[in-house]
Amino acid sequence: MARIVGGLTTSHIPAIGNAVPKEKDLVNDPYWKDFFAAYPPARAWVQKVKPDVAIVIYNDHGLNFFLDKMPTFAVGAAFQYQHADEGWGIPTIPPFQGDPEFSWHIIESLVRDEFDIASCQEMYVDHGFTVPMSLFWPNYSYAGIKTIPVQINTVQHPLPSPARCFKLGQAIGRAIESYPKDLKVVVLGTGGLSHQLDGERAGMINKKFDMMCMEKIVNDPESLARLSIRDLVREAGAQGAEFILWLAMRGALSGKISVVHQAYHIAISNTATGVMVLENAA
Amino acid sequence: MTSAMHHEAPIPGTYMFDGKAAMKGYALNKMCYSLNTAENRKEFLKDEDAYCTKYGLNEEQRKAIRDRNVLAMIHAGGCIYYLAKFSGMLGLTVQDVGAQQRGVSVEEFKKLLKEQGE
Repeated sequence: MARIVGGLTTSHIPAIGNAVPKEKDLVNDPYWKDFFAAYPPARAWVQKVKPDVAIVIYNDHGLNFFLDKMPTFAVGAAFQYQHADEGWGIPTIPPFQGDPEFSWHIIESLVRDEFDIASCQEMYVDHGFTVPMSLFWPNYSYAGIKTIPVQINTVQHPLPSPARCFKLGQAIGRAIESYPKDLKVVVLGTGGLSHQLDGERAGMINKKFDMMCMEKIVNDPESLARLSIRDLVREAGAQGAEFILWLAMRGALSGKISVVHQAYHIAISNTATGVMVLENAA
Repeated sequence: MTSAMHHEAPIPGTYMFDGKAAMKGYALNKMCYSLNTAENRKEFLKDEDAYCTKYGLNEEQRKAIRDRNVLAMIHAGGCIYYLAKFSGMLGLTVQDVGAQQRGVSVEEFKKLLKEQGE
């Protein structure tokens, strides 16, 4: 049976996409030093655990989806996922391998569980997906693993509630654990933490709230799932609502959770960045 | 159009991009979304007025684009994720865009970000 080995979270800011190819030169750069220092322990865990499949819960920012058709939840079911030009110049990186058979198992399981998601046989993945993959699998070493994108709408309100996203994660967890193949699966939740790009309040960061979220997501995620989207926007900023992606990841981890590594840094671009490695023991 | 959201107290300096905004800003956002491709960016930069006409922007939206005024774009229904493709094409970073909306210099904006970590 497939087994969930753990969860990974990281911010996915586009500027990181520009920085990643230059990491070797930037590890001593005053602006980037503390940010990149957060990743070697996470990469060491990934290399030790060697997941076969990464399920990446992220939000599309206008590469694959537009307002003409905006699914609340969308699951990829393709053989391959391409990155593409996002308009403002981050380098396009090599494609990601899919696992359509596993995708369809998840899709069937989710719909049976009353999550009526959209399924996508063609899907471009944007920085919300590509930046985390290139951080945890440096030098495009993700070529050896299979990926399944799970996209959650954070562009257009109403966004799905934190409670709903947590339950979606639980349903994804059930889907993974009922897959008959012997695979090690890691679940990524990307985005966050507090940041706001638009409006007169642009640039707001809420360290205290972020700290609380990173603490509670480990052993008391239910209390975070009781927040509303409005609570998240007020406390973590308009784009801080991306924390629903972390909650969906956490929902998938059903076993005994231990924190292998965590880091928090203010700021890259306009964003407080957070990294967590949560191991999931049966 | 009414929704539960509109009955709650507004969050100062914060805009919820909801159905009402998405309808109002559809042409503007569609134009910005089109800037994902190099060919379209080239076409915009060659004759931006013609490009705005092609996508059916209204006068409020055209003025906001002409003025490079991000808050005005948001008031005209713009969604920041699509607007970022426009500002990025012009070489503006999210900090440039943030500073413009706050009405401070980019240096002041960066200082503010840093202070919130202390």
